[in-house]
Amino acid sequence: MTPAATVAAAATNGPGFLSPTGVEIAFLLVGLATFGAALVTVTTKQLVHAALWLVVALGGIAVEYLLLTAEFIAWVQVLIYLGSVIVLLLFGLMLTKAPIGRSPDADSGNRWIALGVAVVAAASLVWVVVDAFRTTWIDLDGPVQGSTKVSGEILFQHWVLPFEALSVLLLAALIGAIVLSRRNDPADARDKGKR
Amino acid sequence: MNDVLDVALRLIVVFAVFLVLPLVVGQTEHKVMAHMQGRLGPMYAGGFHGWAQLVADGVKFAQKEDVVPAGADRRIFQLAPAVALLPYLLVLLAIPIGPGEGAVGQVIDAGVFFVLAVMGVGVLGSLMAGWASANKFSLLGGLRTAAQLLAYELPMLLAAASVAMAAGTVSLPGIVEAFEWWWLPWQIVGALVFFTAGLAELQRPPFDMPVADSEIIFGAYTEYTGLRFALFLLAEYAGIVVLCFLTTVLFLGGWHGPLGAEGLGWVWTLLKTAVLAFVVIWLRVSYPRLREDQLQKLAWTALIPLALAQIALTGIVKVAIQ
Repeated sequence: MTPAATVAAAATNGPGFLSPTGVEIAFLLVGLATFGAALVTVTTKQLVHAALWLVVALGGIAVEYLLLTAEFIAWVQVLIYLGSVIVLLLFGLMLTKAPIGRSPDADSGNRWIALGVAVVAAASLVWVVVDAFRTTWIDLDGPVQGSTKVSGEILFQHWVLPFEALSVLLLAALIGAIVLSRRNDPADARDKGKR
Repeated sequence: MNDVLDVALRLIVVFAVFLVLPLVVGQTEHKVMAHMQGRLGPMYAGGFHGWAQLVADGVKFAQKEDVVPAGADRRIFQLAPAVALLPYLLVLLAIPIGPGEGAVGQVIDAGVFFVLAVMGVGVLGSLMAGWASANKFSLLGGLRTAAQLLAYELPMLLAAASVAMAAGTVSLPGIVEAFEWWWLPWQIVGALVFFTAGLAELQRPPFDMPVADSEIIFGAYTEYTGLRFALFLLAEYAGIVVLCFLTTVLFLGGWHGPLGAEGLGWVWTLLKTAVLAFVVIWLRVSYPRLREDQLQKLAWTALIPLALAQIALTGIVKVAIQ
């Protein structure tokens, strides 16, 4: 997340993988739990359970951020994903169709294609991240590197252009949503006129 | 060893506060409401002005049968009260009641974000309860809860962001540290927006549409009995305590007071919190319930523009005084 802040040490004298510290073990275990929750999310037959397992998976990612000392990102993850996105998801489910128990019709015929796309996406992401941060080590005992101050400085000094571009993208999406929801169907208008 | 002892002690103190203050607020509500409505309220339990009424209520709740409806989703139904209650306990950990390291459970760098994020998670409990009860009234209550949270989370965040801008930090102790008396008129709009949105997020009257008893019985909590129901009630009162603490810390200067002796800052924090809690109860007695569409309208057409205006004002003043 913050390549400039992560303490770069040469690969040759960086720590190895053979004697993991407590934090590394915790990171691995939380990662496994997150992965498990994510698997259940996509395989469970109960719609609302899937949304709730997604809570566990996203919360697990927040814990991983915390373990990597990216405190600010962790709380933003909780605020945006757990607090808002999941609530929106549950709201949508409750508004449409969320029976208690299994909903066998919720399965899609595309699941093998979806699995393929997911595996390819995951593989390319893992490859990119491993390749980019191969020689980078985070010093967990030193000063916090993911604090609000550090994140803010990096975001608004080094990455300000992508940040602004993203906000323009979001604005476009927002306006698009308004336009779509306000589009007047001629048939609709006639119906309203009759009433 | 000393560190472990220190952490344990802090946790115990926060837990005690978490158990005692909501009960105090609840008892105050009994008595204040009664006197505002020209009656006495509970007078018998415990002897002196019914002080033990809530303890007796607790004993009653513990004795009741714990019923799970046959059609309900058992596990989620049983898990929901814990999800509703625990976030408030976590939030209390981060709230400073006095200056210095000793008066806060745990100093968190991005305190404002932590507090608001975790408070938002509590609503998941109501949603789970509303869905898992297999009851139309509960589902409606859950829907209303979700709609209300989506509408009021934004003004609350914006108002908090305004204070963070003014203080130049997102750490809660840091914000109180930076507080000056003239922030009060400067941030007053933000304070009102924050407090109102917080009330709505807690589903307190006049924003109690999700539990409107005359329409949908008790919303998401309709099917709950015994201890689990008591936990939901406790979550509501813990929410009041947390909201009043937060408003005090963010907008009213926390431990600063006009005549504060060294070391008595926590008295000011508690005093301001108590006054705010009284206001919460007062509002419950004075205002009729807002209708669902009025609720949404208030959030989107009044609170959010006000919060944005407050942010603009904060920015202008901040640049001007630098």
